[in-house]
Amino acid sequence: MREAAVVSQPNPLQRIPGVAIVLVLLITLFSVIAPGFLSVANLSNVLVQSTILTMLALPMTLIIMTEGLDLSMGAVLTLTSLCVAIVSLATKSMLLGFGAGLLVGAAFGVANGWLVAILGIPPFVATLGTLGMAQGLSLIVSDGQSVVGIPHSVRDIYSATLLGIPVPIVMALVTYAAFHGLLYHTRFGTYIFALGGNREALRYAGLSPNKLLIAVYALGGAMAGIAGLLMTARMNSGHPTAGLGLEFDAIAAVAVGGTSFERGNGWLLGTLLGVLSVGVLRNGLNLISLPSSVQVASVGVLVIVALFLDGLRSRA
Amino acid sequence: MTDITKEAMMPPRSFVSQDAIQVFYRLLAALLICAVLAVLSDSFLSLGNILNVLRQASLTFFIASGLTLVVLTAGLDLSVGANVALSACIAGTVIHKTGSPALGILTGLACGGIVGLLNGIMVTALRIPSFIATYGMLWVLNGLTYWYMAGETLHGFPAGFRQIGSGYLFGLPIPVYLLLVFLGIGTLFAQRTIWGQEIYAIGANPVAARLSGIPVARRLLLVYAVSGTMAGLASIIFLSRLNSAEADIGESLTLPAIAAVLIGGTSLFGGVGTVFGTFIGALILTLVLNGMNLLSVSANWQPLVTGIIVILAVWLDMKTRRRAQ
Repeated sequence: MREAAVVSQPNPLQRIPGVAIVLVLLITLFSVIAPGFLSVANLSNVLVQSTILTMLALPMTLIIMTEGLDLSMGAVLTLTSLCVAIVSLATKSMLLGFGAGLLVGAAFGVANGWLVAILGIPPFVATLGTLGMAQGLSLIVSDGQSVVGIPHSVRDIYSATLLGIPVPIVMALVTYAAFHGLLYHTRFGTYIFALGGNREALRYAGLSPNKLLIAVYALGGAMAGIAGLLMTARMNSGHPTAGLGLEFDAIAAVAVGGTSFERGNGWLLGTLLGVLSVGVLRNGLNLISLPSSVQVASVGVLVIVALFLDGLRSRA
Repeated sequence: MTDITKEAMMPPRSFVSQDAIQVFYRLLAALLICAVLAVLSDSFLSLGNILNVLRQASLTFFIASGLTLVVLTAGLDLSVGANVALSACIAGTVIHKTGSPALGILTGLACGGIVGLLNGIMVTALRIPSFIATYGMLWVLNGLTYWYMAGETLHGFPAGFRQIGSGYLFGLPIPVYLLLVFLGIGTLFAQRTIWGQEIYAIGANPVAARLSGIPVARRLLLVYAVSGTMAGLASIIFLSRLNSAEADIGESLTLPAIAAVLIGGTSLFGGVGTVFGTFIGALILTLVLNGMNLLSVSANWQPLVTGIIVILAVWLDMKTRRRAQ
């Protein structure tokens, strides 16, 4: 498969159709069958609710581009969200809480990268193991209870606005810009393409693929830390199952967005459209009062269909 | 790739002896854990606790034994826990509606088998990598189960049916007899039948397997269907043991099953491992969790420890194999 890898910017024209058509179809469907879907209030709601997913799906794109996977992201987000809640409750400082969350997230990311790069454990099993560890630590630090009574300064992050735009959306846009710059306009970005496409070339160029790989996973963990802050702010509490299954929505967004699981080829804008597709799907199903269980199942079907189409494309 | 080809080129007999040594080490480890626990806790060696460990290990083994076949083909089935939950809820409903445990058992097995078959179709016909296909299936099944149950709990089953999970025969729990039966069937199937050997061959080198005329797609369909059916069987035991079914019973089952397979020495890269090893793996994991319980460590620590064990098991496996070469 690796021979087919393209170590340059992907051709957008080839990819826009797939994910854009999915998004347009979903929006059309729900504007017909779900009353109130097209209202400004609801659409901005979709955007705000998609911000946490954006922060997970962008680093997940980079990880999947290295032919890796991070199943621990949702559980790590849960743990960092609890860290934010517990530390900010104890110190009355939002910044200290945020720092703790970021640190724990990055530590898990480095651990994932170390297991995958240095020990050579297949990513899906290594991160399944750390998923269990993060889940366990979440239960241990919270004793299975919600952490409530955290300072208002944390909650305010979610409800505040900057120039009339909700702060979470500003954060998501900044994150997207940063990832876009990183992937397409820095050497590090080029190396990421090479990690999935042609790891040998990196070695010949005198670079250490292992260090780069650890950096990519560490970035994923750190982003789970930032997303953990948003999650705690959104729920105004820490909860030991807050991020359950979020890594799956992130994988769904990446898969729908046209990033391939086998060819080291990724497309960030596609992931962003993928995030919106998942957000619209969940919001629309919610509006026609289908329970969250059906939403979960639909996202599962969405992933399988997207991967099937990806497989067809790779053979074509 | 070269490691795998090398192993595939070794004569098949060396597999068996290598496996025997690996199993022996693991038996020693299990005995060592027993010795430590016997020293640390007075109640460990009580008959009640030992029967409890065996019963618990057999529940993990049912799920893990089918999974072993999947891992032998270098695949993975992450949907087993969610499959147990859905099968248990559907089987429970059938028993409640019809009053017939036999019909319920058949439905549970069929439900598990169909889910497994769908996994197999995704992996073979749609060519989706197994870990991601079965991970998608996990969430589809979770969604279906929660939707179907709508927060309800099924409770209260006929006394005869409850014997399967909680009854005794000649002083031993009935699941332990089932464990022996399936351990025997699984070992015979994997080591002594052509289909079983073909499964090893597919895991060791899929291209060579295809070129030597093994119907790879059909064997893969078979292993995923078996894995699903074993999850269906586990769902029946759970249902009869707990005497109730809820949508969330499967959530803590997948990681221990994978841990049992990996501790048992089955390689994630396919082609190496035994069903008996998985039994020892299930026993070791259960002993560790049981020991934590006896030493009054909170159950909250279980996922953390299981996660660490999964990673350690893979790492040790890779290390010993590298050294062996």
